[in-house]
Amino acid sequence: MSIVTVQLGQCGNQIGFEVFDALYNDSHCPQGLCSKRENEVYQESCKERFFSEEENGVPVARAVLVDMEPKVINQTLSKAAQSGQWKYGQHSCFCQKQGSGNNWAYGYSVHGPRHEEPIMNLIQKEVEKCDCLSGFFIIMSMAGGTGSGLGAFITQNLQDQYSNALKMNQIIWPYGTGEVIVQNYNSILTLSHLYRSSDALLVHENDAVHKICAKLMNIKQISFRDINQVLAHQLGSVFQPTYSMEGSYHYRRNPLGDLMESLVPHPEFKMLGIRNIPQMCENSLAYSTFTWTGLLKHLRQMLISNSKMEEGINWQVRPPLSGLPPLGKVSLNRELHFNTSIANLVILRGKDVHSADLGGFKDPELYTSWLAPVNAFSAWKTQRAFRKYEKSAALVSNSQFLLKPLDTIVGKAWNMFASKAYIHQYTKFGIEEEDFLDSFTLLEQVVASYCNV
Amino acid sequence: MTQSVVVQVGQCGNQIGCCFWDLALREHAAVNQKGIYDEAISSFFRNVDTRVVGDGGSISKGKICSLKARAVLIDMEEGVVNEILQGPLRDVFDNKQLITDISGSGNNWAVGHKVFGSLYQEQILEKLRKSAEHCDCLQCFFIIHSMGGGTGSGLGTFLLKVLEDEFPEVYRFVTSVYPSGEDDVITSPYNSILAMKELNEHADCVLPIDNQSLFDIISKIDLMVNSGKLGTTVKPKSLVTSSAEALKKQHQKPFDGMNNIVANLLLNLTSSARFEGSLNMDLNEISMNLVPFPQLHYLVSSLTPLYTLADVNIPTRRLKPSLQFISWNQEGWKTSLCSVPPVGHSHSLLALANNTCVKPTFMELRERFMRLYKKKAHLHHYLQIEGMEESCFAEAVSSVSGLIEEYKQLDATLGTPVEDLPRLSVAV
Repeated sequence: MSIVTVQLGQCGNQIGFEVFDALYNDSHCPQGLCSKRENEVYQESCKERFFSEEENGVPVARAVLVDMEPKVINQTLSKAAQSGQWKYGQHSCFCQKQGSGNNWAYGYSVHGPRHEEPIMNLIQKEVEKCDCLSGFFIIMSMAGGTGSGLGAFITQNLQDQYSNALKMNQIIWPYGTGEVIVQNYNSILTLSHLYRSSDALLVHENDAVHKICAKLMNIKQISFRDINQVLAHQLGSVFQPTYSMEGSYHYRRNPLGDLMESLVPHPEFKMLGIRNIPQMCENSLAYSTFTWTGLLKHLRQMLISNSKMEEGINWQVRPPLSGLPPLGKVSLNRELHFNTSIANLVILRGKDVHSADLGGFKDPELYTSWLAPVNAFSAWKTQRAFRKYEKSAALVSNSQFLLKPLDTIVGKAWNMFASKAYIHQYTKFGIEEEDFLDSFTLLEQVVASYCNV
Repeated sequence: MTQSVVVQVGQCGNQIGCCFWDLALREHAAVNQKGIYDEAISSFFRNVDTRVVGDGGSISKGKICSLKARAVLIDMEEGVVNEILQGPLRDVFDNKQLITDISGSGNNWAVGHKVFGSLYQEQILEKLRKSAEHCDCLQCFFIIHSMGGGTGSGLGTFLLKVLEDEFPEVYRFVTSVYPSGEDDVITSPYNSILAMKELNEHADCVLPIDNQSLFDIISKIDLMVNSGKLGTTVKPKSLVTSSAEALKKQHQKPFDGMNNIVANLLLNLTSSARFEGSLNMDLNEISMNLVPFPQLHYLVSSLTPLYTLADVNIPTRRLKPSLQFISWNQEGWKTSLCSVPPVGHSHSLLALANNTCVKPTFMELRERFMRLYKKKAHLHHYLQIEGMEESCFAEAVSSVSGLIEEYKQLDATLGTPVEDLPRLSVAV
């Protein structure tokens, strides 16, 4: 089954390119550490999901590129074409002349309705190329105007028009110190709308990825390109094929469906985060060896202590002592706050994958009381190594990972809203104070739900 | 890609405008080696086949034939515009895009605004419409003028109302040069305050430029250049310090250096909209992010490097501790990254700040205004113009006072602990 990707705005398009590039390069990587036949099946599976065949043999990404100004799309198209190995469809983009001005209201209320038809037509064409559609992967940022506003509009449309297909939104959480002044407004409006129309929100925080670049990848002057490449690596480690029940040579056919089934048991809890291990610059790879035990031990601690990467993990955090009554309302300020999960998915790739012991993740103390570990935890595997990492593990988690960042953003937006600053920019285009209040209400509900898990 | 139209009004406006066009050409020449008319150039220039008579000459792609600035030049006396049209930039301007008169406005806002305003309204509208028609997607009008004189101040602000009515969706960015304390135009406070009211009401964004500051900067540069201490600090061939490569006359005119700085400001401001970068910023984003309340749209600008090789990385976070942000916007930063540096530099940084530091400037202006107004000095020159009454003055000063009040209130929140409004609580 295939996934159609919709890349929205500058962020969405820049990341989208890196994702397809990472997927392609991995599937054609010579060091798969597995048999030739295994490799071929893996490649085929990856191709079916993300690429369609062009006439002269160059795979075309199953993607629709949307932006309200042309510079980024032009760059993205030419970068892909330059690689000579894969490209975007010539007619798969929709572009306008003037951007959304970082204004969610403009993206949602002006650009959305105005350009609904051509954009949905483009998506339709891409869907028709698929033999069988698994769903949509929508890449967007929260802080700007197009990705966030138009992204929310398009997601709603997809829900109406393709009610049977799944939608996963990849959202970029902006730097806490500010990239766009009205980012908190744009974020709460985006999140509240997506919560109603999307099936799952896969969140990446710029701050976290930045730290990974600095500490683990040793990059001195971190650019957005570096950040996007780390992001693409993480996404690739989740979306590349893994074995279905039958094991070797048989890969899962419905990646989005499987993801949702494992991770989103309840519509109130839709926010997912990714952790990867190991992550390092290519130069160091040759000198490192890992054991599954070591990797999984770190990954588990990253989960329960809410660590973003494998350095600086807080080993003091332990699961709460079982046998004690549940704690009820948990304070957000608790130092050694234990990260409770609703559902977890661990994806293992590489050598001796079947010998890896995942017992640590099946501990009922990690999870909420209303879901038994057998339902809350899933594991996917493949022997085929990912991007030259002899062993690598990814964790997709529906847990309290994003509770603090969400709470922070809601708090800041609320403070700004109290002073009515910048509101006139939104009411100009039809987003009234009422709409803001609705968003706040929905998100406070989400915060409370995750808090009491 | 969007286009912008520059409207230069009055002597100051046209002189700065001239510097701007010169710099813009140099910048594009440095970047665009193949001479192809691309989207970056089209934001400020049209590509015209001059052999074609009339309007049919526009070419949208391919090799550059002849570049025409997207500009409208307005002045009520002929001297400055004539000089431009006889100078090296004469081919850059379309002589159909000029509006001139002979007598000038006599440093009188009322003459510029009321007399010439009504006289030339039709013509102005026509030229503006023409320039808009030549644009694929017009995003912004840049108005350059001074506040202290008659034409720039009066007619320049009259324009704003016309633009607002005729092109409500197009942004109006105004670069206003404010008179210094020792301005030699006695009535400059009157002209400035009368103009401020219009700016308050009809401009989207104002970039106030203080003549005194520009003068100080230039003096510093001169000091450094002349004292022979070049080398690591001053870049001798930078766009700012040297007009040796500029297409201008050999002897430098007194305001050249200062005008160059303003021109650099405008160039930097629009760079992200014209060239690519990893975090683009369009002009409409400036207004969105920096104008929290409609009245408070005055943005103070600073530019580096002007005369030192400043170290410019992804910067702004380091400034944070020394700046005091208002409580509801603690991280009020909007960042933009553009990959094309200005000519002669490897990096540059432009900072725009919506800061209550403009308040003292406005207060001083009001002071100077009141000193004249209390004595009714020179008032008759204004009142004898049809349409001008004392109430115009009263309204204008009240508008400025209102603005000052708003800034005062925001300043007052500093230091007082602000209680955050309690969040919505949810029944569990």
